[in-house]
Amino acid sequence: MSYFVNEKGYYGDFGGAYIPEMLYPNVEELRQNYLKIIEDESFQQEFHQLLKDYVGRPSPLYLAKRLSQKYKANIFLKREDLNHTGAHKINNTIGQILLAERLGKKRIIAETGAGQHGVATATVCALRGLECVVYMGEVDIKRQAPNVARMKMLGAKVVPATSGSKTLKDATNEAMRDWINNPVDTHYIIGSVVGPHPYPDMVAIFQSIISEETKKQLLEQTGNDQPDYVLACVGGGSNAMGMFYHFVDDEKVKLVAVEAGGKGVDSGFSAATTYLGKEGVLHGSRSILMQTDDGQVVEPHSVSAGLDYPGIGPQHAHLFKTGRGQYVSVTDDESLQAGLLLTQMEGIIPAIESAHALAYLEKMTFTGQENVVVCLSGRGDKDMDTYMKYFGL
Amino acid sequence: MSRIKTLFQEKKNILSIYFTAGYPELNDTVRIAEALEKSGADLLEIGFPYSDPVADGPVIQASSKQSLDQGMDLKLLFEQLKSLREKVSIPVLLMGYVNPMLQFGVENFCNACVEVGVDGCIVPDLPMVEYEEFYQDIFESRGLSNIFLVTPQTSPERIRKIDGLSNGFIYLLSSSATTGQSLQVSENTESYFARIADLKLNNPLMIGFGINSKETFDKACQYANGGIIGSAFVKALEPADLEGSIQRFMLKFKS
Repeated sequence: MSYFVNEKGYYGDFGGAYIPEMLYPNVEELRQNYLKIIEDESFQQEFHQLLKDYVGRPSPLYLAKRLSQKYKANIFLKREDLNHTGAHKINNTIGQILLAERLGKKRIIAETGAGQHGVATATVCALRGLECVVYMGEVDIKRQAPNVARMKMLGAKVVPATSGSKTLKDATNEAMRDWINNPVDTHYIIGSVVGPHPYPDMVAIFQSIISEETKKQLLEQTGNDQPDYVLACVGGGSNAMGMFYHFVDDEKVKLVAVEAGGKGVDSGFSAATTYLGKEGVLHGSRSILMQTDDGQVVEPHSVSAGLDYPGIGPQHAHLFKTGRGQYVSVTDDESLQAGLLLTQMEGIIPAIESAHALAYLEKMTFTGQENVVVCLSGRGDKDMDTYMKYFGL
Repeated sequence: MSRIKTLFQEKKNILSIYFTAGYPELNDTVRIAEALEKSGADLLEIGFPYSDPVADGPVIQASSKQSLDQGMDLKLLFEQLKSLREKVSIPVLLMGYVNPMLQFGVENFCNACVEVGVDGCIVPDLPMVEYEEFYQDIFESRGLSNIFLVTPQTSPERIRKIDGLSNGFIYLLSSSATTGQSLQVSENTESYFARIADLKLNNPLMIGFGINSKETFDKACQYANGGIIGSAFVKALEPADLEGSIQRFMLKFKS
C-alpha cells in the first residue's frame, strides 16, 4: 500500500482538487511545475542554504532527561521551536517563496490561525521583497496579538476574516477568495498539508526535513535511526506530516497524531476531527471534516488557535483510515498542564499546540526501553497570555 | 425535449436569476420563483446554502448564512420544491457547493431533483474529472444538466472539453472573481467574449458575475445567449414587500 500521493492527486480515498474553475489555472500551474522546481538542483541548494543560515537548521534533537525519567522511556524532543520565527512553519514558507519566485509571482497571500504561519510568511516576504497579505480570523487576531504586531512590523497587511467562527477556517476561505480575484500575479502560501492537490504533497515535502534530520540525529545519538514512536499534534497536520514523512513506510515506527479535544470530545467544544468528523470536501480536498448531516462545516473549538480547524489534511485522513497512524486527542486542560510540566522539568515553554503532543505521553505506557520522538513544533511566547490566565501567574 | 434546450431554441437575450433558497424568510423559496417567472425571468438558479462558500462575495455569503441559521438544509429544500412545478414552468437549476450534495448522496440528490422538476445543477467546486468519472452517468441517465464554469483564464482546449461534457449551457464568467462585483467591460473582456464566441461551441453561453444593470445585461446579450444576475438581485429583496421588490428589480431589465 502507498501512503503517498498518486498521479491523480489522491491518497487512497482522499485528496483531489475540488476547486471552482476560477482557481483551476493557478492550481494546475502549480501541479505541473512543483516537482520539477523542487527537484531542481539550484532550488535544492538555495532551499537548504536558507534553512541552514537563515532558519538555523538542523534543529536539535534533544533527549529530555527528566521527562524521560518520569515517563520511563527515552523522550526526544525535535526542537522546531528553536527555528527562526519560533515554529516549524518557516520550513514550508521558505520552500514556497522560492517556488513562487520561480513561477514569476509578485504577490503573496496566506491564511493564519495562531499567527505562526502568518509570521513565517511575512518573514520570507520581507526577506525576498514581495508584497504580503495575511488573512486571520478576527477572534484569532485578539488572542494572538503579539504575532499580529510581528506581521505588521514585517510589512505584511493583516486582513481580519469576519465570517463564520472568525478563526482559521474562515481565514482560509478569505485567502481563497483573494486568490480567485487575483488569479495571475499571486501565489497562495497555504500553511498546512490541506487544500487542493498539489498543496498537501508540496507542504509535506517541505516539512519532511523534520523527519529527515530526526533519522540522522537518532542514528548519531542512539545508533538506531528507527524510533519506537513519533508523536505530533494535528490541526491541519503539517508538523505531524513532516515528523511522519520518512517513517511512514517503516511500519515498525508507530505514528501518533494528537488532535485537540478542546473541552472534551463530546462536549460540543472540540476540534478532534477524526473522532467527530466524516468524509467530505473542505478547502479543495476530500478528507475527514467536522460537519452536520447536511454537510455544513461545524465550528471547532480548541484553546490552541493553531489546532482550531475542522478538518485534517488528506494524507492524515488516509493514514487514519488505513490504521497506519494512531489518531488520539487530549483536552485543553491536559495540554496546558503538559505545557507547564515541560516548562518546569526541562526549562522549555512550548506552544500550546505542541503541548498537545506532550500531553499524550501521560496516556502511554512504556517499558523503559522505547525511543520516543515528540515534535516540539513551536515555542510558547505567543501563548503567554493564555498560560498566565489559566495558571493565575 | 428538455425545458433548458427548448428555452435556448426559442428565446434570445435570456435573463437568468440566482437567489438563495430560504432567504430572506425560510419559506420564501417557491414564492420568489413564482414572482420571478411572473416578472419575466427566463431561467432560475436556486442556491442551496453552504457554510463555506469560497466562490461567493459578501452578499451571497450573508444570504447563505441567514438561510442556514433559519434552518435550511437540502432535505427541507426538496420538501419546499414539491410545489415548484404547480407554480413555475420555466427551467430551474440548483446551485451550490459539492459537500452538502455528497452528504445527501449524489444519486439521492439527482433523484430528488427529478422528482420535484429541477432541470439540472451548477456545482462550482465539483471538478470536471470527478464528474466525468463518477457522476456523469447519474446525471445524464436522469436527463439532468450539469453546468460548468469558464473564466478568462480557461484554455481553449479545456473549454472544448467542457463543451463536450455540457448539456445545457456554459456559464461564462465575466472575470475571475468572487460573486457580487460590478462588471467592468474593458477591451480585454470584450476580446475574451469574442474569442469564446469564435470557438463556435455546441452549447449556448450565458454570461454571469457582475451583471447588475441594463447596460451590463445588454453587454452580456451582445456576446452570449443571455446573462445571469445573482448578488444584485439578492441585495434587492425586501422581506416586507417581497413581490413588489422583485417586480421593481425585474422592470429595470425588461424595459
